[in-house]
Amino acid sequence: MALLQISEPGMSTTAHQHRLAAGIDLGTTNSLVASVRSGQADTFSDAQGQHLLPSVVRYQADVAPIVGQAAQAAITEDPLNTIASAKRLMGRGVEDVKQLGGHLPYHFVTGDSSVPRIQTAGGVVSAVEVSAEILRNLKQRAEDTLGGDLTGVVITVPAYFDDAQRQATRDAATLAGLNVYRLLNEPTAAAVAYGLDQQAEGVIAVYDLGGGTFDISILRLHHGVFEVLATGGDSALGGDDFDHAIAEWLLQQAGLEGSSDQKVLRTALVVARTAKEALTTADSTVVSLGAWQGELTRAYMNELIAPLVKKTLMACRRTLRDANLTKDEIKDVVMVGGSTRVLVVREQVAEFFGKPPLVNIDPDRVVALGAAIQADVLAGNKPDSDMLLLDVIPLSLGLEMMGGLVEKIIPRNTTIPVARAQEFTTFKDGQTAMSIHVLQGERDTVETCRSLARFSLRGIPPMVAGAARIRVTFQVDADGLLNVTAQEQTTGVTSGVEVKPSYGLSDTEIETMLRDSMQYARDDMQARRLREQQVEADRSIEALDAALKVDGDELLTAEERSRILAARDTLAALRQQTNAQAIEDGIKALEKSAEAYVEHRMNASIRAAMAGHRVDEFKG
Amino acid sequence: MITLTESAAARVNKFIANRGKGLGLRLGVKTNGCSGMAYVMEFVDELQAEDTVFESLGVKVIVDPKALVYLDGTEVDYAREGLNEGFKFSNPNEKARCGCGESFTV
Repeated sequence: MALLQISEPGMSTTAHQHRLAAGIDLGTTNSLVASVRSGQADTFSDAQGQHLLPSVVRYQADVAPIVGQAAQAAITEDPLNTIASAKRLMGRGVEDVKQLGGHLPYHFVTGDSSVPRIQTAGGVVSAVEVSAEILRNLKQRAEDTLGGDLTGVVITVPAYFDDAQRQATRDAATLAGLNVYRLLNEPTAAAVAYGLDQQAEGVIAVYDLGGGTFDISILRLHHGVFEVLATGGDSALGGDDFDHAIAEWLLQQAGLEGSSDQKVLRTALVVARTAKEALTTADSTVVSLGAWQGELTRAYMNELIAPLVKKTLMACRRTLRDANLTKDEIKDVVMVGGSTRVLVVREQVAEFFGKPPLVNIDPDRVVALGAAIQADVLAGNKPDSDMLLLDVIPLSLGLEMMGGLVEKIIPRNTTIPVARAQEFTTFKDGQTAMSIHVLQGERDTVETCRSLARFSLRGIPPMVAGAARIRVTFQVDADGLLNVTAQEQTTGVTSGVEVKPSYGLSDTEIETMLRDSMQYARDDMQARRLREQQVEADRSIEALDAALKVDGDELLTAEERSRILAARDTLAALRQQTNAQAIEDGIKALEKSAEAYVEHRMNASIRAAMAGHRVDEFKG
Repeated sequence: MITLTESAAARVNKFIANRGKGLGLRLGVKTNGCSGMAYVMEFVDELQAEDTVFESLGVKVIVDPKALVYLDGTEVDYAREGLNEGFKFSNPNEKARCGCGESFTV
């Protein structure tokens, strides 16, 4: 039988409707996949028990690409066809790559495409395709481990990734057949893994020292929403540089300095790395290179790598300055990346920020674990109260109604993702189409809000005004992408549009729109009332005219008819003016004058309906 | 009577400890799935008046009377199949299962 997991109270899913979700840390050097099972986030290993998947893909002629450990092993032997660090190329143009070119051994194809492409034995590939191979591998691992298809994933990206780099990451996921719930900033994921999103407020520093890159991010948590205040770092500084510093000392000690023998250099690096790892627990370790053997103490290693650690702290200082903050305003410091295991790094960071950093979650996995927690929430496996508030809608989203009023469907500050639906109806008899105008803003009238999109729903079956039921659904996904669909409920005809709601709106514009909405609240209320009454007046007049055309002559005496028409004309005149109360009174007057007529019509229609039937047919 | 195997009890205890709260484990049935009923496993934060509580290897197993009719005599195990792992029910009341084993009939 299928293997079961424990759900949160009241959240167990229907059989065959499990929402399996995973978090993916798509890294420059290594990638990971994690998921929440029975309330616990775990990273998944491959069949050999390895959690970290090297982000390396090897392309060969006529065979499927190889991903991970096996590909990494081939880097020196087959450098042109073995692509590592594809993340550095994501979303970059040909021009950007020329600048990076010095570091990359690959054979770039010059074509008409603006995307850099690499010639390999297995064909021409782009960074997106290389990343897709890595994602496909992790997807398979997650599905094997979870025993089912993934409903969706959260993929982490560096906080400094721009739109093009984020889009490239999404494209890679699509190519790998993954549904992306959202992209999450890596530092935010790390903060989520530590549960820092459960606090109300605070500024958090995320210190991420990987193998080859260093990132420092300053986040502000405000009402459960993470805002990236500043990012900094060094894209060419990491634990590998520690290894080089130690290796140089080893070569010196062994009398091999200046050696150009690649084999000796590689051995020195391996010894250096082993020693570095040993010194995270031991005070000293025995090292040997060639015929030389000696001892390396932790204190001496710290001295060797001190200049590098200092460089990271200088970046921290700069980034704090960019964020306009002082060190003591930082509430928590989160450590990410394997190189933060080096004790001197922890000590120096603690000293710099004046508080011990958070280190108890494995720094290699913390980002993937945070992504998994977020994915679990987005998949709907947690009760609403545990929802992470990671993003909100800055301004209300709504629809244009008759009379140029805006009906808000999703109010501002609603957390996303969100879906809200409301039913609307037709305004005129026999109306077969409806024009839908999507707006954003806090004011009540169309002219004072920002127009986002228009579309129309056609094919509504002809019915009397008010009989059709049109369900309009506003759906905002976790990336802020708005989808509006309209569906006529009896026939199911549907139409829709997709928009980016905050697209092109700067913070100042949003602020101005908000301020105006408060300042003009009274004006807006009056405008709304007037428009409503005008619409109501139009509807009454239209209904009356239609009725008179059908049976006015049969049911009304000349006197009754002229009295109704007089009230109608008075209302038509009032409707042109701007006194909402007068229009409302006019509508009431018209209704009163037509009371008898309405009654006649009702009786006539009941007679028509019952003609030819016996009374007992209507019983019971 | 409902029992857990040792490995199942150890897992449940670990999951509850990790979650930071919870009285025990609720077992239930839902009338859906492709072949009649489906099993439900949830953490319990609050007991309901009508709940029956069993104690198995230090784990409180909580069942409502409606579900108990279907589950009495069940043993829950924790199993690993390849990379996948999770809980497994051996229920003497079970007569048939759907192909995938997510739902059953009595």
